[in-house]
Order: sequence, then C-alpha cells, then structure tokens
Amino acid sequence: MAIALTMPALSPTMETGTLAKWLVKVGDEVESGTILAEIETDKATMEFESIDDGVVGKILVDEGTENVAVGELIAVLLEEGEDASAADSIAADAPATKPAAKPETSAEAPETASEPAPAAAPAPATEKKAAPQPVVAAAPKGERVFASPLARRIAEQSGYDISQISGSGPRGRIIKRDVEAYSPSSAATAFAGGVSLEGDAPYDVVKLSNMRKTIAKRLTESKQTVPHFYLSVDIELDNLLAARKQLNAMSDEYKISVNDFVIKACAAGLMKVPAANVQFMGDVMHQFKRADISVAVAIDGGLITPVVRGADQKGLRQISEETKDLAKRAHEGKLAPEEYAGGTFSISNMGMMGVKQFDAVINPPQAAILAVGAGEQRPVVKNGELAVATVMTVTLSCDHRAIDGAVGAEYLAAVKMFLEQPSAMLL
Amino acid sequence: MTAQKFDMIVLGSGPGGYVAAIRAAQLGFKTAVVERAELGGICLNWGCIPTKALLRSAEVFHNMKHAADYGLVADQLGFDLDKVVKRSRGIAAQLSAGIKHLMKKNKITVIEGSGKLVSPGKLSVEKDGKTTIVEATDIVLATGARAKELPHLKADGELIWTYRHALVPNTMPKKLLVIGSGAIGIEFASFYNELGSEVTVVEMMDRVMPVEDEEISAFAAKSFKSQGITIKTEASVTKLDKKKSTVVCTVEAKGGKSEQIEVDRVIIAIGIDGNVENIGLEENKIKVDRGHVVTDEWGHTGVKGVHAIGDLTGPPWLAHKASHEGVILVEKIARDKGNKEIKDLHPMDKGNIPGCTYCRPQVASVGMTEKAAIAAGHKVRVGRFPFIGNGKAIAMGEAEGMMKTVFDAKTGELLGAHMVGAEVTEMIQGYTVARTLETTETELMHTVFPHPTMSEMMHEAVLDAFGKALHF
Repeated sequence: MAIALTMPALSPTMETGTLAKWLVKVGDEVESGTILAEIETDKATMEFESIDDGVVGKILVDEGTENVAVGELIAVLLEEGEDASAADSIAADAPATKPAAKPETSAEAPETASEPAPAAAPAPATEKKAAPQPVVAAAPKGERVFASPLARRIAEQSGYDISQISGSGPRGRIIKRDVEAYSPSSAATAFAGGVSLEGDAPYDVVKLSNMRKTIAKRLTESKQTVPHFYLSVDIELDNLLAARKQLNAMSDEYKISVNDFVIKACAAGLMKVPAANVQFMGDVMHQFKRADISVAVAIDGGLITPVVRGADQKGLRQISEETKDLAKRAHEGKLAPEEYAGGTFSISNMGMMGVKQFDAVINPPQAAILAVGAGEQRPVVKNGELAVATVMTVTLSCDHRAIDGAVGAEYLAAVKMFLEQPSAMLL
Repeated sequence: MTAQKFDMIVLGSGPGGYVAAIRAAQLGFKTAVVERAELGGICLNWGCIPTKALLRSAEVFHNMKHAADYGLVADQLGFDLDKVVKRSRGIAAQLSAGIKHLMKKNKITVIEGSGKLVSPGKLSVEKDGKTTIVEATDIVLATGARAKELPHLKADGELIWTYRHALVPNTMPKKLLVIGSGAIGIEFASFYNELGSEVTVVEMMDRVMPVEDEEISAFAAKSFKSQGITIKTEASVTKLDKKKSTVVCTVEAKGGKSEQIEVDRVIIAIGIDGNVENIGLEENKIKVDRGHVVTDEWGHTGVKGVHAIGDLTGPPWLAHKASHEGVILVEKIARDKGNKEIKDLHPMDKGNIPGCTYCRPQVASVGMTEKAAIAAGHKVRVGRFPFIGNGKAIAMGEAEGMMKTVFDAKTGELLGAHMVGAEVTEMIQGYTVARTLETTETELMHTVFPHPTMSEMMHEAVLDAFGKALHF
C-alpha cells in the first residue's frame, strides 16, 4: 500500500509551513531516516525525514510553496513492487478528505506551551503533547504564482523573484510589462539616477516571512490582550564584573558573559519569588517549578527565543555553553522546535547595542520579560559621597493578570540582589 | 415630440460599431445603432467579405486550370463574370441580413440615416430630408473610412475605380493598372490577374506589401511576377488621362524617368481616409489628425461621453481591430459606471493584431518584422521553413510558400511571425495566441502540432530559429 506523506507538524504552534526544498525526486529510493525535504516553519527551517522505506512515487507540492497546511498531502511513497498508479490513487483521494488538522493545531498551540511542568522529573514544560497526527487534508494549496512564460524568463534573467512582482494581466497574471516595470530596489536607483522627490516616497514591497508573520501576530496579541506594566531598576555590576574576570581567568575553556550572569540571576530570582514564575491561563494560573529562561536572539529577518531549560539548576559555565550553542544554531536557522518553544520567563538584552533602557513586549503565554540595557560607568552616590560605578538599567515587563506590582518589585529586587552579590547565587 | 433616449448610441454599423452595440446591449445598456447605408458597413458589404468571395472564385478557377496536375479533367474552362459578382453580392447581402438579425436579437434599435453629433449626448439623424434627435449618455463614433483619393487620382466609377467599383466591375478589363500594393491593391491585382487581365501594380515604396517582412514581401513579389503581374516599385502615377474607354497613365519611376501605360481600367488603392466629415467633430472640438479622430488608448475622444473606434481612428485599419476596440471601449464605459463584472480590462496591444492578405499566395503576419525588431534594439533569432519541406503542402499541391519566426535571442519572446503561402491566413492565429499568452520558444517547441497539417511548419519555423528544425 502506498504511503501518504503529509505536511508534518514540526512545532506545536505550526499551522502551515513552506516547502522550502525537496531533497528527493520522483523515483528516488528512500529509507527510514532519509531527509526528504526542508520545511520552513514560522521559526526555523527543519528537515523532514522519512520514517518508511520506499520509492518516491509522486510529489504533489512544489518547492517554494508557502502556507502548506499541516496534514496536507505533499508526496506519496511507493512500497516495493508498487507502480505509480498506486500513488495516483492516493493523490486522487486526497482532496476528498475533510480538512481536520487545522483548527486543532491552532487551538493547541498556547495550551501545549503552557502545560505545567511535572513536579519531579526535569522534563521540559513544553512538548508534552505530541504534535497532532497528520491528517490528509484538502487545505488550500500554497500560493501559486501565475505568470506568463516570457515574464518568468525575463524575471529569471533579471534576477528578480517573480513572487515579488504583482501582475496586471488577466486574473492578476504577471506579464512581461509587469516585470519590465518592476524595480527590485528603489533605493539603489535613488543613488544611481536620483529618484524624483515629488509625490509619495518610493518603496519596495517586502513579502512577510513566516517568522515576521508570527512576530506580528504574537506581539500584537500580546500588546492588545496582556495588560503590561513596567518596573525599572539600576543594578551595579562591579562585583559581578570582578567575579566574571576571576572566573574567566581561571580557564580558557569557557568565557562567561554578563548575559550568562543575567540568565542565572533571573532563574535564581524566579526560584526565590515563585509568584513571578507564572502564566495566566484564563481561569487558572500555572505556577512553574523550574525556571526555563527564553533568551531573545536577533537573527536575519526577525528574532527567536531559544530556551535555557532549568537555568536555576545549571551552573554559569553550562548556561554559557548552552546559550552560545543555541544562539549559533538560531543564526543558522537550525534550532529544533522544542529548543525555542515554551520557556517560563524571557530576557531581551540590548546592552551590547548601547541601549540604555527599554521596555520589552511580553511573549505570551509568559507573564514577564526582562529588558536589559547597557552596563556603563555612571556617577553614583554612596554613603553621601559621589562615586563611579558600572551600572545597568533593567526593566521588567509584567502581565498584571498574573503578577501584581508588589510581586514584580519583589522579583526585581531579587534579581538585583543576585547580580550585585553574585556569590548569593551559590547559596 | 421628445427625443428618444438611449444609454448608448453607436454611429456606424461596421465591424466596429455593430460589435460595440452588441456588447453594450449584453452589458445592459439601452443601445441604438445609426447607419446611413447597409448594416455591417464596408467589411461585410464592400470589403473583407465580398472580396473573399471573388478571390475564392479566382482560386477555384486557378485550381480548374491546374486540374491535370491532380489527375483531373476540366475542359472548356471559363467563367461568367456576372455570376462571379452576383455570388459575391449575395454573400454580402446574406451577412448584412445576419447583422439585422443580431441587432434584433440583442434588442438594439437600428436607426436609418446619417448621424451627426450635435453636442455631447445628442445626435441628429437625417434621412430623406427629415431630421430627428436622439440622445444617449455615451455616443460611439464608428463611421469608418473610405478609399483615399488625391486630386490627380480620382475615381469616376467608370474607367477609374476604387475597391467599391472593382467589386462590381462593369467589364472584365483586358489591361488593368493597380495603384498601391497594400492588401486591397494586391488582392484585386491577384483576382483580375487570375481571371485573365494583364495587371500592372505601381507601388511608391521599394517593395510590394511594404508593411510585411521584407523576405515575405520579396517571396510574394517573385510569385506575382511568375503569375504574369507586372510590378513597378519606387514608382508613382502622376497623371491619369482618360480616353474614350481607356486611361493613359503616366508612371514616374525613381529618378524622374516616366512612361505612359494605356489600360482599360485603373484601381486606386493608395490607402484610406477616415469618414470625419459632417459628423459634428469640429463643432464639438473633437481632435482630428491627418484624417482620423484622435483618442486615448481606450477610445475616449476627450469630450465627455463621446468615443471613437475603428477605421475612423488610428491604425491598423482592420475590421478585427475595430471590433476588439469596440468591445474594450464598451466594457471600459461599463466599468466606469460601476459594473463590477468587468475585470482584467486592458487597452489593446496593437503588436498582437494579425494582418492577412488573401492574394495568391496568401500573406499573414503578427508582430514585428525582422527589420523592425532589429531597429527596436532586439538581438534576434530568426527561423524559416519552406512549404516544400511539408508533406501536407506537397499533397495539397501547394508547395510554394514559407514561414518565418523572429525571436528575441535573449528572452525567447516571439517578436513576430510571418507567412506566405496557401492557407496561411487560417494559421496565423496560432502565433497570435502564442504572443498574447507571452509564450517563449520553449512552450512552442513543446506544443504538439497535428500531422499531417501545414501548421507543422509553424513548429518547424520555431525549431529552426534555435537550430533544431527536423524536416529541412
């Protein structure tokens, strides 16, 4: 019996994905573990492995197709001895099947991420529920670009992405004149030829990546539904910097950063003030027993928040190594979904960019995020005397539904204490 | 009596006007057509159709003359000119009656008489000395064109003809001079030559059918000459001196050398002039340039509610261009009035209008000639295929002809296609569809052409442009 390959749910929040690349073609023999395709989700590019042995009988979704619904039939694998007609019959059946996967997945996303962590076992708070079973769904196909052959060829020869060009032909078909009128970068022409300064400013239409769509959706939802409040505090770093220098001088095998201390301090603070380690779930709250710290990493085209799990139980060296590895793979787009899903608290550090202070947007369903500014030498008054200290301003954004001002202040005081007296984290 | 009111009035019922009226009626406009002569205009009555009827008689006669080539016997060859003409007139009458039926079917009011724009929205119609006023929000001027004449080249209907007289000849001229080798001139030259006239064609340009690709034009000229037609290029007729039953024509060649040719009849086919007179253009400040109404790309004249299409406007002066313009204009008007059904409307791409000439051999083309393509800055790839390489053409006894394709070497755009030979007028639409869909050579190469047909040459001419022709 031929095997239907459907769009896998590669992360709990994944509803649709982009079929970025096929790594096999019709007729290729594959075995369990063969990488069939690269799938781009809202967060990363993932490899899609075969779990069966067989021969690729049919490919139903072209490379580059966007918005392929989870569960949509994308290819058919033939078992030994089967011929292509078996693939055809599966493919023919596909549209008749009801789309069932979609609503489920979307409903599932927030819930999955917010499952309470088991008391004893240090299993991740997320990923408790398995990804929804792929269902052969007749979800709408990814956007097909309608363009005349000539338009396609001219676009290709000009190095344009045809999907970026809007069509003016019948039913919006892209035709030659659209490609000829298209200018991929008005900025470039402005320098070259001097674009007219009259009328509206020229602009390029930039297509939204899946990541950008997710950022837009999640953060709009956050700012619209989560009542934010903000608490700022200045933290003196001189003790921390001394400790860091000492630690880093001890070995070449690691290099602890200020941010690693911040992660550790935030985790320790959450253990000290468990009332801040919460998520608002509508009619209940989840109070977590482990501090999973999401660290915002700016990457090409957006940002992603890989999670340092159980940071409260990890040493600085381990946190440092994990963070480096996660950031590196985030930049390469190679994070596994479970590595960026979940988290009980977030840190966004813009200190390295010289930002003094900022307010971060909470990443739901989390209830708090710490915005970290640059450490800088500032005049401080100590015992009535003016002195110079290395000071960093941090701002905590809290979801008022889950965290009240007093709890927020208590937590922030704990973080400040751990950062100003790093040795307290050893307790 | 209050004036009859319509949503749209079309002045002229030629292929531009009547088609515009039908489309308007389909879109729900209360529509009227004003016509001073026969429904269907020149095309049906005095142009495209009756000439095709005559040329068909000539073609059958040609085949009869070559019956022996096909193993057939045809004795006592001859023709009855009156009956040939009568057939042609009968077909014109049949089609004109068809238009009357179409008007009725679409509930279009047909108003007989000469229309004149009084003011935007108002048209006067004069018939037999009586004038009535009709009103419409939109008025489409589609009065067409007529044969161009010059002070020294004027038709009298007896010895000197325009196409109109040549369609209903009062005699079979022994010697005929045709002035102009465009589609009209060359078709009549072909017809009369086939029926036995001694035909001379005078063309001002350096080649016959000057709008066609040079190679095609040269191919056709060679064929005309072999059929006995005398062709004088880079020459002009400077004087027509009418005698009792003949005309002495002074033909001046390039360089000033002139000669006199005495013929029985002369056909003037030096182009057309738009029917711009007495339709109220000047009074309403509608712009006319060199005998044709100036419009924007949709057919708007710039005067609100007044539009113009077809031969009355700019080139090419072809029936199918007029019809297409009529549809686009009417749909544009409907869209402007809020009709949401009208989508994907664009002004016509004049580069995709095919041209056909029904001489023997036929000539058909679409898009740019090789020379025009190069002049436009294209680096071209040209493909050719001769009829002698096509099985069906040989079986048909029609091995004379060629097809030619012009591609942009870089993009593979089909810039133009040109054909000369039997039945090519029925094949050019294949390339026209290709151009309209913006295919490249790839899609044309992958298209399966049925065997055995002459259309296979279209495939071969594409393959040849890329060095892949199979049968030659």
